[in-house]
Amino acid sequence: MALVFLPALARMAVCGGTHGNELSGVYVVQEMERQWKEKGECAWPIPVTTVLSNPRAVKECRRYIEKDMNRCFNRATLSSPITDSSPYEVRRAHELNNLLGPKGSTDAIDLICDLHNTTANMGLTLIHYTTSDWVTLHICKYLQTKLTKVPVRVLVLDVPISDAYSLESVSKHGFSIEVGPQPHGVVRADIYTIMKEAVDLTIDWIHKFSSGMVFEGGDVEAFRFIKSVDYPRDPETRTLTAAIHPQLQDRDFCLLKRGDPLFLSFSGETVKYEEEEPLHPFFINEAAYYEKEIAFHLGKKMMLTIPSVQVQKD
Amino acid sequence: MQMDRHSHLWRNAVAMPTVSRVAVCGGTHGNELAGVYLVRERLKRRADGTEPVSVVTVMSNPRAVQLCVRYVETDLNRCFTRATLSAPVSETSPYEMIRSQELNALLGPKGSAQAVDLLCDLHNTTANTGLCLITYSDCDWICLHICKHLQREMASTPVRYVHFDIPLNEAYSLDSVGKHGFAMEIGPQPHSVVRSVIFSAMQEGVQLMMDWICQFNSGTLFEGGWVDVYTMVKNIDYPRDSETHVITAAVHPNLQDRDFCLLHPGDPMFLSFSGETLRYKGKEALYPFFINEGAYYEKGIALSLARKRRVEIPSVRSETLR
Repeated sequence: MALVFLPALARMAVCGGTHGNELSGVYVVQEMERQWKEKGECAWPIPVTTVLSNPRAVKECRRYIEKDMNRCFNRATLSSPITDSSPYEVRRAHELNNLLGPKGSTDAIDLICDLHNTTANMGLTLIHYTTSDWVTLHICKYLQTKLTKVPVRVLVLDVPISDAYSLESVSKHGFSIEVGPQPHGVVRADIYTIMKEAVDLTIDWIHKFSSGMVFEGGDVEAFRFIKSVDYPRDPETRTLTAAIHPQLQDRDFCLLKRGDPLFLSFSGETVKYEEEEPLHPFFINEAAYYEKEIAFHLGKKMMLTIPSVQVQKD
Repeated sequence: MQMDRHSHLWRNAVAMPTVSRVAVCGGTHGNELAGVYLVRERLKRRADGTEPVSVVTVMSNPRAVQLCVRYVETDLNRCFTRATLSAPVSETSPYEMIRSQELNALLGPKGSAQAVDLLCDLHNTTANTGLCLITYSDCDWICLHICKHLQREMASTPVRYVHFDIPLNEAYSLDSVGKHGFAMEIGPQPHSVVRSVIFSAMQEGVQLMMDWICQFNSGTLFEGGWVDVYTMVKNIDYPRDSETHVITAAVHPNLQDRDFCLLHPGDPMFLSFSGETLRYKGKEALYPFFINEGAYYEKGIALSLARKRRVEIPSVRSETLR
């Protein structure tokens, strides 16, 4: 297979607390800051910036104060001027764009790794906006080989970068590390450990890549987002009339076929999947998505082929 | 012989007043959703007036439910002490304080003859507790018999009786307003999420409670026996940074999800974020519960510890029928 030469990655950022109640990321960043205080630049083999993305939301242990910060990084929001009435998270998004971007410019940091938790049973899921970033896809492949105790999956949201609204779209390369299941407002030791290992392995990959190691290409299995499905709701009050069916609950990334149960109403009726095309559900019963009218997402499995890569020598 | 034994049991059973008025409350914490949806479901199917027991179904904290938060200004389930219930309120008082006095007027007054006979308050926890009936008494035969009934009838859910040894005046939770009362706590469920099996377990628990009450009121004699009672001894906080007060460790993987499994001195309790294991330093082996409850981080509680003992309960029957 042909070898592709890619520019070096000078610096990466690890961001936690983008949602203030997703606690593994908050404590990974806290621990990394402690390590930096103790060892300075020697804490890691490559330069790493750690960021607590939404400090006010972290302090109050809420997802956000006024507006979901992880929806504030699209070009429209970043280019609108800040006024007195701008929500806190929009101001903070501008600050983070100055610190880690500007998005789309050559000054932007090379890699952002944004840490998230979900109440859904998604194991470790690496989320990207594009199917053609060889760096982040190689990192995914590396994590899949090294992390054996938890399923490691790749999720692709095929959105053009300028429309991309989340924090990791600010850097040249970016992805989110999503680990679940963990209730919001809770930190579980097992989930924290998985997230910390994923960050350490990402740093490890960049170090090896920068040192000239060749990473063999191959196929990476990924799931592409197709659409979302909402809960059955009362037409007047909009409150839920059903919960995720026990046979679907916790079965993220399984194959959903026509006739499979989706919801069990509070009065005992089953609602089934009626579509012809079998798809894979994920983010099943994520707490923060009730208000976004999402019970789960559906995706299609696909194979991405990535080339062997090596760092470009000057 | 059967008749003799039956008469013997009948004469020796404790006769207790019928449980004529029952309250089922949900949404006392607005983000504990199984109770919220169970109350909504019950309100949709309003009684047709033929039930043998009168039930009032209440959404305790509607504003918190609307916002899907535990509370708006202060934890409603800490507002039922005598002091808080009798304090003067104004428009500027915290919403939950005003609401606690409304609920006390509706379902109480606490300690009076007008109070509902039984108050069942529905809760969820992020901890792996199964179903717990949580009360302030270890000798309330009604509550203990209901617990025994649920334990007998609920095949797939562990059911336990948890006791907080606090006098009625200082009892701070909604369930203390009824003549008999308990919180029906079911976990694990993340806050702001409703899980179907948890909703079903809560629905089953409430239905079995109502079945027991109806049978009791109709004159059924319930034979005595024993119930394991877990009495709360103390709380343990997370290790924290002495300056910032931020937590420096999570519950240890060996302890996480192991509610009601005996914790021995020396057993791992916490795993610090830098990888060190911290162990239980107490001298007495105790039963942990509410391990890693999300709402308790701000209250300085990582887990609670209880002693277990076997409590003998007498046979009981309703006193109005012979």
